[in-house]
Amino acid sequence: MSDKKTDTNTIGLTRRDYRGERSTLCPGCGHNTISAQIITACYEMGINPHEIAKFSGIGCSSKSPTYFLSQSFGFNGLHGRMPSMALGAAFANTSMKILGISGDGDTASIGLGQFKHLIRRNLPMVYIVENNGVYGLTKGQFSATAEKGLALKHQGENPFLPIDIAKEALIGNASFVARSFAGDPKQVRELLKAAFSHRGTSVLDIISPCVSFNNRGDTLHSYQWGRQHEAPLHDIAYVPTRRAIILDEFKEGEVKEVTLHDGSLVILKKLEHDYDPTDKWQALKMLEEAEKNRWLLTGLIYVDPDQPTIYDYLDLTDEPLNRMSADRLRPSPETLQQINQSML
Amino acid sequence: MEQDIKSAHKDRTSQRSIVNDFCMTICTVNGSGSATANTTLLRSLFHMGIPVSGKNIFPSNIKGLPTWFSIRVSKDGYLARVAHDDIIVQMNPNTFEEDLKYNISGGVVFYADHIDMAVDRDDVIVYPMPVKDLINEADVPRNLQDYMQNMVYVGIVSQMLDIDLDVVHKSLLSQFEQKTSVADSNFAVVKLAADWARDNLKKKDVYSVQAMPPLDGYIMADGNMAGALGSIYGGFQFCGWYPITPATSLAESLNNFAPKLRKDPDTGKNNFAIVQAEDELASIGMAVGAGWAGLRSMTSTSGPGVSLMTEYMSLAYFAEVPLVLWDVQRVGPSTGLPTRTCQGDLLLNYYLGHGDTRHIVIIPSSVNECFEFGWKAFDIAEKFQTPVIILSDLDLGMNLWMTKEFQYPDKPIDRGKVLWEEDLENFKTEWGRYRDVDGDGIPYRTIMGNSHEKAAYFARGTGHDEFGNYSEDPDVWRQNLDRIKLKFENSREQLPKPVFHTQEGAKIGLIGMGSTEPAILEARDKLHAKGIATDYMRIRALPTSKEVLEFIKSHERNYVIELNQDGQLQQILTTDYCEEISPLISLAYIDGLPMTANYIIQAVSKKEEI
Repeated sequence: MSDKKTDTNTIGLTRRDYRGERSTLCPGCGHNTISAQIITACYEMGINPHEIAKFSGIGCSSKSPTYFLSQSFGFNGLHGRMPSMALGAAFANTSMKILGISGDGDTASIGLGQFKHLIRRNLPMVYIVENNGVYGLTKGQFSATAEKGLALKHQGENPFLPIDIAKEALIGNASFVARSFAGDPKQVRELLKAAFSHRGTSVLDIISPCVSFNNRGDTLHSYQWGRQHEAPLHDIAYVPTRRAIILDEFKEGEVKEVTLHDGSLVILKKLEHDYDPTDKWQALKMLEEAEKNRWLLTGLIYVDPDQPTIYDYLDLTDEPLNRMSADRLRPSPETLQQINQSML
Repeated sequence: MEQDIKSAHKDRTSQRSIVNDFCMTICTVNGSGSATANTTLLRSLFHMGIPVSGKNIFPSNIKGLPTWFSIRVSKDGYLARVAHDDIIVQMNPNTFEEDLKYNISGGVVFYADHIDMAVDRDDVIVYPMPVKDLINEADVPRNLQDYMQNMVYVGIVSQMLDIDLDVVHKSLLSQFEQKTSVADSNFAVVKLAADWARDNLKKKDVYSVQAMPPLDGYIMADGNMAGALGSIYGGFQFCGWYPITPATSLAESLNNFAPKLRKDPDTGKNNFAIVQAEDELASIGMAVGAGWAGLRSMTSTSGPGVSLMTEYMSLAYFAEVPLVLWDVQRVGPSTGLPTRTCQGDLLLNYYLGHGDTRHIVIIPSSVNECFEFGWKAFDIAEKFQTPVIILSDLDLGMNLWMTKEFQYPDKPIDRGKVLWEEDLENFKTEWGRYRDVDGDGIPYRTIMGNSHEKAAYFARGTGHDEFGNYSEDPDVWRQNLDRIKLKFENSREQLPKPVFHTQEGAKIGLIGMGSTEPAILEARDKLHAKGIATDYMRIRALPTSKEVLEFIKSHERNYVIELNQDGQLQQILTTDYCEEISPLISLAYIDGLPMTANYIIQAVSKKEEI
């Protein structure tokens, strides 16, 4: 193997160019794994960091955008209200990749409204929920995704049924819904690549254990439970272009392909079940079954590569709006004269 | 109110003929389509060169509740509300008796004669209007009959007051955007009704109008439309908004005008985006995101929306994000009176946010100024890299006003201290997003998409150093907050300055802001006639400039006149200047209606013991 430090990607950048500050999250936190996979996915895809903008809300997960992609612009917003901020910023330059990092506290409580409306508008962005079922920064309260019956040190037992992020996304007509597990970094990475290639809101609900407050082996957001109960829908591989595929690895009938908007492909290798991620009804049924059986169902749950986005109906100029020179933003004096005359 | 009507009586009962000087209130049911008729009358008077103002007092309701439209005609150019009616046009049986109380002695009542009620006053002149008969005679399509009833009173009132019917026709054309067939079918009813009045009603009252020299240089517009147009000429690029009375028509005007005015000439595509958000939490979030990403960004709302926007506005102040927030004020607390006007959000906006947040607030007092501040606000916001709040109100925003025509911006767009790739490459020193390089507190900002390797930074609401890095260091925190406050202090002399009106020998000062201006101007004339000379300072921006203190110090007593309960402007001035001035006297008042000159005259006279 070659020396990793001097390796470069297709645009001549090294992995170092994708790094961030040192993480201040707890050692072993699932979020750190996800940050590492964001770095790898962007490096391997050859996305220039200045073409990515990072957004987050409030919470442990929302701190993490400083731990990757230091050369990308970013904005750490308000609790549950990152989607609105990302949406406003996205119009400034629609060619940029928008990356939102949220958590279950951020998305599934105050953020539920903005989450659903983001999906409804299908803003092209990657929306990651680092989901651990617990509030970390405030030291161990139940989040809205905590399972019924979960017992936490100072909280007693959770009496309520959880909110399922993937299900919320699906019934909200999301165009890309995936679930993954921080303990399965390869799958996280491949899903991230697919998400970056999707034109629309890509929701990634990633179970990301909290080692400090919610990692007992018999609880649904723990490493142990995930490792023992992960039920992948398929083996997933992202291929940048059709030309690069080596289909020999797969036997006929075992593989499903999804072509994304930018021409890249997601190759899904069949595991136990036949699963079609373009069938919403099957997706919902599968999520229901998984919840009933307490499986950690992972993989690309649903995708519609052609769903229109908010960009389609706003009919914006291709030139980034934020680089438009000032003289082009002010209509001529004659137009104002006409307006004055029309107001008599 | 009672006092107001009584004093109007004294002025008027003895006069034989009153020309171009009266208030007429048209009482209808909301949802009946009377707005077109009322605006036609208003425009017609304007086209005759007579200074006129119209105020719609309407309910928070879609259909069926009472609504009033008051038209004040004033040869002297007084545009404020008056609390009495010289003339009532009564189309609503439900308010028939109550409305009569506002009619002065010697006044006039036009009423639809299908209202089966008696006018139990013998000191007013009554003209019944056979509205239904005339509609039958006019052969109006069934589905338009209710609506066309309003054109009957347009015709009869025009005939009885001498409003030129040709001008009414012209106003209808203007009202229907020059669609001749629609204007003509309306005018047919107007003409029929006017002819009926000519043949059947004998003039018994003293009121009439006469054409005056044309009001050149004036237009008719509302403040929300003006604000939207101002924003468009200010180069707005993004608006996130959520419907709320009385701000809705501002964003809707953007939706109406922007596609016509702001398509890119080369590509035919939009160089702006307008998004109706899911709520105000989101509309401000969008505006902050867009402002941060380098767009001229705005949102519009009213008090309850501002409450919801508080946290993001605090973040925008601290992360130094330029944006423009329009607060078209309505009456609070709480849901309050959603369709009535006030100046009750001044303190809320000035201090909007937790911690030591403080905002630049600019306050237009006319429709023309809504346009002017609409474009200027973006320059101010981007210059100081901070939110700018424009404080309008329902009276200004939703009523149609006679106003000076809009003036094209006299300065090019100023984007402030922005560094793109080349600027950063040639930058004089080490760049940090929050470094005060020039000593004015205003740092240089880079914008998302800048590909220079040093351009990126991470904006945040948490403590940060000059480079945007997270910091809890006490000195870093204090220095950063001090720098932001320095920016704010430095803005004082660069915001719209106060406007002064003086009278010789004045020892007392009147201080006001916003849409109370017409009432204050009128009151000063009348106080002067009573022997009280006043100087008047209209404050147009917070924080205030040095002239404000000079004005206060140069008067023996200062009265702060405002449309709220607590004297909010008086409180802010007192807080800022208490060590240097004698107490400011608050003349604050709020009942949901626009201020009258009479209130000011009486309040000042009482305090001055005259």
